[in-house]
Amino acid sequence: MAEHAGALEPGHRPVADKLSNSLLYLDNVTVSFDGFKALNALSLAIADGELRTVIGPNGAGKTTMMDVITGKTRPDSGAALFDGSVDLTRLDEEAIATLGIGRKFQKPTVFENLTVFENLELALRYHRGIWRTLLHRLNGEQVDRIDAVLQRIGLAARTADRAGLLSHGQKQWLEIGMLLMQDQRLLLLDEPVAGMTDAETAATAALILDLARDQTIIVVEHDMEFVRSLGAKVTVLHEGSVLAEGTIDHVQNHPRVIEVYLGR
Amino acid sequence: MSQAISDGPGPAAPVPRLGRAVRRPLGLFSVAGWIVFGVTLIVAAGVIPALTLLPAESPLQIAPYLVPLLGKYVCYAILALALDLIWGYAGILSLGQGAFFGLGGYCMGMYLMRQIGNRGVYGNAELPDFMVFLNWKQLPWTWWGFDAFPFALVMALAVPGLLALVFGWFAFRSRVTGVYFSIITQAMTYALMLAFFRNDMGFGGNNGLTDFKTLLGFEVQAPSTRLALYIISVLTLAMAFLLCRYVTVSKLGRVLLALRDAESRVRFLGYSVTNAKLFVFILSALLSGIAGALYVPQVGIINPSEFSPANSIEVAIWVAVGGRGTLVGAVLGAILVNLGKTWLTAAYPDVWLFLLGALFILVTLVIPYGLIGLAGRLRWRRGRADTDAPDPDLIEGPAPGAVTEINHG
Amino acid sequence: MAVLRLFLCLMVLTAGAARADALSDLVAHLAGDSFSDREAAVAALGDLGDGRAIPALNALNDGRLYVASDGRVVIGDPGTGDALKASDPVTGSWLDPVPAGLDRIRVNNRLRNGIAEALGKLKLFSPDRADRLVAAREAARHGSADTMATLRHAAEIEADAEVKAAILSSLMTVQVTAGTKTEQLAAIASLAGRMDPEIRGLLGQLADGGTVVEPEVKAAATAAARAIDRRLAILDYAINLFQGLSLGSVLLLAAIGLAITFGVMGVINMAHGEMIMLGAYTTFVTQEAFRRYLPESWFDAYLIVSIPAAFLVAGAVGAALERSVIRFLYGRPLETLLATWGVSLMLQQLVRTVFGAPNKEVSNPSWMSGGFVISGGFTVTWNRLYIILFCALILLALVAVIRRTAFGLHMRAVTQNRGMAAAMGIPTARVDALTFALGSGVAGMAGVALSQIGNVSPNLGTLYIVDSFMVVVFGGVGNLMGTLVGALGLGIINKFLEPVAGAVLGKIVVLIAIILFIQVRPRGLFALKGRAAEL
Repeated sequence: MAEHAGALEPGHRPVADKLSNSLLYLDNVTVSFDGFKALNALSLAIADGELRTVIGPNGAGKTTMMDVITGKTRPDSGAALFDGSVDLTRLDEEAIATLGIGRKFQKPTVFENLTVFENLELALRYHRGIWRTLLHRLNGEQVDRIDAVLQRIGLAARTADRAGLLSHGQKQWLEIGMLLMQDQRLLLLDEPVAGMTDAETAATAALILDLARDQTIIVVEHDMEFVRSLGAKVTVLHEGSVLAEGTIDHVQNHPRVIEVYLGR
Repeated sequence: MSQAISDGPGPAAPVPRLGRAVRRPLGLFSVAGWIVFGVTLIVAAGVIPALTLLPAESPLQIAPYLVPLLGKYVCYAILALALDLIWGYAGILSLGQGAFFGLGGYCMGMYLMRQIGNRGVYGNAELPDFMVFLNWKQLPWTWWGFDAFPFALVMALAVPGLLALVFGWFAFRSRVTGVYFSIITQAMTYALMLAFFRNDMGFGGNNGLTDFKTLLGFEVQAPSTRLALYIISVLTLAMAFLLCRYVTVSKLGRVLLALRDAESRVRFLGYSVTNAKLFVFILSALLSGIAGALYVPQVGIINPSEFSPANSIEVAIWVAVGGRGTLVGAVLGAILVNLGKTWLTAAYPDVWLFLLGALFILVTLVIPYGLIGLAGRLRWRRGRADTDAPDPDLIEGPAPGAVTEINHG
Repeated sequence: MAVLRLFLCLMVLTAGAARADALSDLVAHLAGDSFSDREAAVAALGDLGDGRAIPALNALNDGRLYVASDGRVVIGDPGTGDALKASDPVTGSWLDPVPAGLDRIRVNNRLRNGIAEALGKLKLFSPDRADRLVAAREAARHGSADTMATLRHAAEIEADAEVKAAILSSLMTVQVTAGTKTEQLAAIASLAGRMDPEIRGLLGQLADGGTVVEPEVKAAATAAARAIDRRLAILDYAINLFQGLSLGSVLLLAAIGLAITFGVMGVINMAHGEMIMLGAYTTFVTQEAFRRYLPESWFDAYLIVSIPAAFLVAGAVGAALERSVIRFLYGRPLETLLATWGVSLMLQQLVRTVFGAPNKEVSNPSWMSGGFVISGGFTVTWNRLYIILFCALILLALVAVIRRTAFGLHMRAVTQNRGMAAAMGIPTARVDALTFALGSGVAGMAGVALSQIGNVSPNLGTLYIVDSFMVVVFGGVGNLMGTLVGALGLGIINKFLEPVAGAVLGKIVVLIAIILFIQVRPRGLFALKGRAAEL
């Protein structure tokens, strides 16, 4: 949309109501791979402090949406505004992470050859420059912060173990713990309970609800029970655009959603 | 697994403070580590030189003609450290280390050529022999300043460093990774080899630079100069080792290990992967350049074959044999493989290439973590009965260097 | 003497019907009293344009021409014993009895020159076609008004089209410098269509000829020279293109196996060059076997036999390599790189031990040696042409295997989704081994082709390995089309750079260009996008 592109000019704050209270505003984002449109003019607004769940069948564009927000994929057109003024589509992953957006991958991605402690240490919010990183030594306060996160994700007893030795669920938590260390404003969680037992899923839901008190979170998930347990607003993606939005009950009774999920 | 999976998030036992238990003077080694380091250094830089000074009848004497050979191994060990830093830690297999080594060597070689002055075959004080032979009238600009030792030394660092900066910046910025990076670094050193073979380049073409006379006024061939060069090489290796150790135990070292495991994750944590890789690539190029500069006066020649892709790949096998991802392994591997090479190429020249080839295959298939990794495993086997230590294979996780591209979708 | 010669000529030309007599008369004059008489007779024989005078002139030159006491001129041949045998210089029939009082006709240097010139002209009338062709081409060298007349005459009576064309071409060349103004203009007009550098030089001389040359002729020559320049430039371009295509096809042959093992399977096989080398040695062994055990007439077939042989040898080595080393390293490309480098060292040393380090000579079969001349001294050699064809055939065959056979389908299935392919009952391990064997076998066939254009040595493979990888990376991985475009593109770029930068520098420039290109398009020209690219 041309008028929003104009709003990006320096000195102009976007005026649209949707924008002014949105932490993240995807505006007409299109991504195509060899003619296949992974995202088709997707528009989505996430308010500051909101917990949002995004669902959709395979190939609906959920992961591509996260790729666009985190700078991994550049859209063919459209903008992704963060905090009302920054266009994420012009930044790379590092800049976006520094800006305050954290991401958990679908497949748990931790540094398997580093210990649990070291994984968290790397995620610790601190200057990311090469020289500062080279010279950095942890101080007591920082160690305390790491300890606190270790407690919170229940991995305190495994501090010195290599992350590669953790179970699937523990890796998921470690990754969430790394997001906690980063202390980001917006968290993107891609299928955080995939491969977890029921007990683990329930614990993770509790953790996410706890996090949602101070952070804006977008959860992408397949598990409808889990989505229901979060009790948040649900967005349904289909073929790269928003199909429906609302409470879980509203969405589950939406005729188009039923059609898409059950097929014809 | 010691912990039940159902523990879940929630309060748990107090956390042991990591890394506080062991005292590390200067943060580099434990006290025992420092002692081993110190003893090794004294043996290499003190005892061995002293043994070469013994009279020839003494059974303990090390023949003085072996000194340049030992010096050569030490230079190779520095080169191996350089590759280990980038490959063993950051998981980037650079096949262009020979290029940096060669460039450093050529810078030193050019200084040594200028030192010859009018003592060459043609007695031309202005031009090196090969330029007189090619009927050149004046010194090309590329040789300006190489009369001065400090300038040559600075260039031996600056040229490889600059090449690494430019090449690395282009490659890492556009995310050329894994084997692609290996292949283009190989092409880089190959291109340099072709270039240096040309007479027009003004670096002696095929024959390279040789027939050196003096270094800072000392006869290059004199036993005392050779001994001094050997000792300087050992001290340089020691400093390079400490520098590498400093980098690898730092938080940046952990960033390097992390990007070997999961590059995208490092990006999403906000670290500049490009800068981290560039840092380690340049550092590695600088070390290789120094190694080359020390190598040339000791072997007395530098020619374009130093740039051949085979040389650069051979460095990888030294590191792999010793144990990549461990600095001791790199040094050990370089010295052991080259000792073997010296002995076999003299005793059974036909066997050497078979053995080197077999070494490449066996190390990657059977002992991917090299001798150091093997030693660790044996120690574990012995202690298995009474401890509950985990299998090192599990600890190592996926093979270092394996491309762990995040696959989501 | 000039008068005598004129007289002789007139005599010859007016008495067309009595040509044989004129010939005999002139031959008789070769025994003239003075050197100048003989010279005149030689020159007249040259102008006569009768090939039958050649034996007499040759004999005179060699000191075998005699005059008998009765005035007859005969050719003497040393017979048995002391006796000379004599033959008639015109008819060649033996004279029996040998005429009495034979006296050798003497020659001096001046006369020898005359004989050479006359023979040059006369060869235009030799009964041997090849002689005439050579003489016709030679004639362009020494241009004089004299030659023009002879050439015109020769052109009139020449029956063979090619010889006639050569004669006319020489005539035009001579006419440009030696003709009258009208003749010059006509010749320039006819030569403007040619592209030989020599003719271009001739016209150039005429164009810069100063005041001696008529302005009109000068202008025509300048225009014609320009036209030739234009065509030469186009020819130059075409030559570069062909040579680029030729180099490209060699690169493609070297890289195409790699496009399968690296491009499709993702295996970095540093021993790929050695597969090529094994193919070349297989060719050598086949050649030796044919030499030793089969009749010589079969020799030319050795190359045909060595193609499948090389495919099988390299393919078998490839399959063994995959089963014994590579399969343990899937998913660890850097380790694969190192292990296969080790294999390459061992294979090189193995071949060096078995066959020795020196180069082995593989000869072209007769149908592949030689070539044909296009124009302006540019020859297309058969081996280059066959390699281009061979390359195209292999590419087509590979595309057919991949697209149209069950094996190709399995191969694509396994590389795209190994787990799913296995679940559907495809024997993935066997498909891996066969795919690798296919890539290696194709490399072996490339070795057959490379043995035809260069020496076979243990380090043959190392010459091509960097280039092959560059081709595959440049073209884009996993895509035969990309490899084709990459190889031909690099070959052509290389050949166009060579005249400007020199062979080595050109190559360096290309390498640097590829390195820079990879920065822009890390996945090559024909990159896969989206999810497929990340597999």
